[in-house]
Amino acid sequence: MQDQADAAVLDRSTTKPVISAKSLDLTFQTNDGPVHALSGVDLDIGKGEFVSFIGPSGCGKTTFLRCIAALETPTGGTLTVNGMTPDEARRARAYGYVFQAAGLYPWRTIEKNIALPLEIMGYSKAEQNARIARVLDLVELSNFGKKYPWQLSGGMQQRASIARALAFDADILLMDEPFGALDEIVRDHLNEQLLELWARTEKTIGFVTHSIPEAVYLSTKIVVMSPRPGRITDVIDSPLPKERPLDIRDTPEFLAIAHRVREGLRAGHAYDD
Amino acid sequence: MRNLVPILTVLAAIVALWYAAVAPMNIRGALDVAERAGSDVVPAESRTRFEQSIWRLMADNSEHIALGYSLDRPRLPTPVQVGAELWKTTGEMALRGRALSKRSLIYHGWITLQSTLWGFGLGTVLGMAGAIAIVYSRVVNMSLMPWAIISQTVPIVALAPMIIVLSSQVGVEGRTVPKAIISAYLCYFPVLVGMVKGLRSPGAAQLDLLRTYSASGLQAFLKLRLPASMPYLFTSLKIGIAAALVGTIVGELPTGAISGLGARILIGDQFGTPLAIWAALFAAAILAGVLVTLLDLMQRVTLRRMGMQA
Repeated sequence: MQDQADAAVLDRSTTKPVISAKSLDLTFQTNDGPVHALSGVDLDIGKGEFVSFIGPSGCGKTTFLRCIAALETPTGGTLTVNGMTPDEARRARAYGYVFQAAGLYPWRTIEKNIALPLEIMGYSKAEQNARIARVLDLVELSNFGKKYPWQLSGGMQQRASIARALAFDADILLMDEPFGALDEIVRDHLNEQLLELWARTEKTIGFVTHSIPEAVYLSTKIVVMSPRPGRITDVIDSPLPKERPLDIRDTPEFLAIAHRVREGLRAGHAYDD
Repeated sequence: MRNLVPILTVLAAIVALWYAAVAPMNIRGALDVAERAGSDVVPAESRTRFEQSIWRLMADNSEHIALGYSLDRPRLPTPVQVGAELWKTTGEMALRGRALSKRSLIYHGWITLQSTLWGFGLGTVLGMAGAIAIVYSRVVNMSLMPWAIISQTVPIVALAPMIIVLSSQVGVEGRTVPKAIISAYLCYFPVLVGMVKGLRSPGAAQLDLLRTYSASGLQAFLKLRLPASMPYLFTSLKIGIAAALVGTIVGELPTGAISGLGARILIGDQFGTPLAIWAALFAAAILAGVLVTLLDLMQRVTLRRMGMQA
């Protein structure tokens, strides 16, 4: 046992981080002058980690995720994904991205929606069908492949959009407030499912959220951010075990981390504006 | 069925208004007929009657008002008269095997329909091509869009004869081509505007999603923008085909054409036969209704097959 743990520690320290940001800056030029969306962001994300980004609006958490996805271009610093530039990583299909809105095409069935990235990436028809069946099973929507999005609930639609992001074998899953628009009960359920899915697929997950319990429940690492300029104020490595039943949220350990996140948010946020 | 009651109510109101209008509109004609038949009419002469208002004439000759509903050449025919004329020039001639006779509205409707469909096809292709160029090129957006709008402010009645003259100058025989051009001129605009809106309808997140797949521009067009624009396209096509029909009829009006519904309207005017004008007018309206209904059915079938409607 001890050997294994040592090996894991050794493994973690020697392998390169999957995502690595060094003094990353991003400044938007607007009519009201420059907006510092990101300022001096340093962060390493290791393979298989579940990292949550939490902070108030305008803290740059979504912007940072978009930089990783090469949807925004940093104005300073370095950012590598799988040792490549974000743009190269995107072309190498390094990540799947889940947006806040499920964004399924209303004219495609769930199956066909999941087939979309596979069609674009040129998978064969047989390969497409095999992958669709596999990811539908992963998100427990196997019986809904032939349905159209409007026939599904909001939570099911979001699960379908996660399946779409999993359909091609990206090692990284980037999720931008994927459950933000859902009610608390559905959200709890999806959080539980997401943890199961993460355990089974061993993907590296970057997860943006507004919710402290969600961040603490899901993550191995919680990145607390604050606005004006967008920066990291605290990085918390979660001591919680990998197995997390929902009632872990009532344990003292959980509450202690939640407290630290809350303190971090308070420290970084000026309430006078 | 629930729609039927309000539709019939409006229809009944229109017919009632129409019948009520027939009496004052036709009173002079009715009195002329009565006078010729030897009845007493106040005042007795057609020319003096012209100095009286129709309301006065109706008040003084109330017993002759009914004659206005059965004149041979009424100013305003009754719906029944229009229906009878329409039947006489379509169904009845078809029954006698003369559907394509030059006196038949089926023949003239067919001439108009041909130009309309050519113009509709041309206009749709132009409108879609223009919309794609506008959506994909900032330069085209800034240069073409204003001209597209200006093009619709030019009165088509003024432009139609020039298009006919110019197309005969370049050696185009007959009127089908110039009429189709005029028709396309009116038709392309709604298609262009609708398609620009439709192709731009996908949101930023939708386009970002395709970027995360490193999708090519063509893939984004075929898989996202084009299907997303379908509901807009059909709405535009329905407006477009009605505009194409109007364009064709306008193309037939001031240009000395002798066949087509527009020509029938003009000839009816020149020969003082309002019944012929009204019959041609109704034939055009029915044709437009049929064309729009066909497109509506196509829209339902297509969108249902795409799963976009319940």
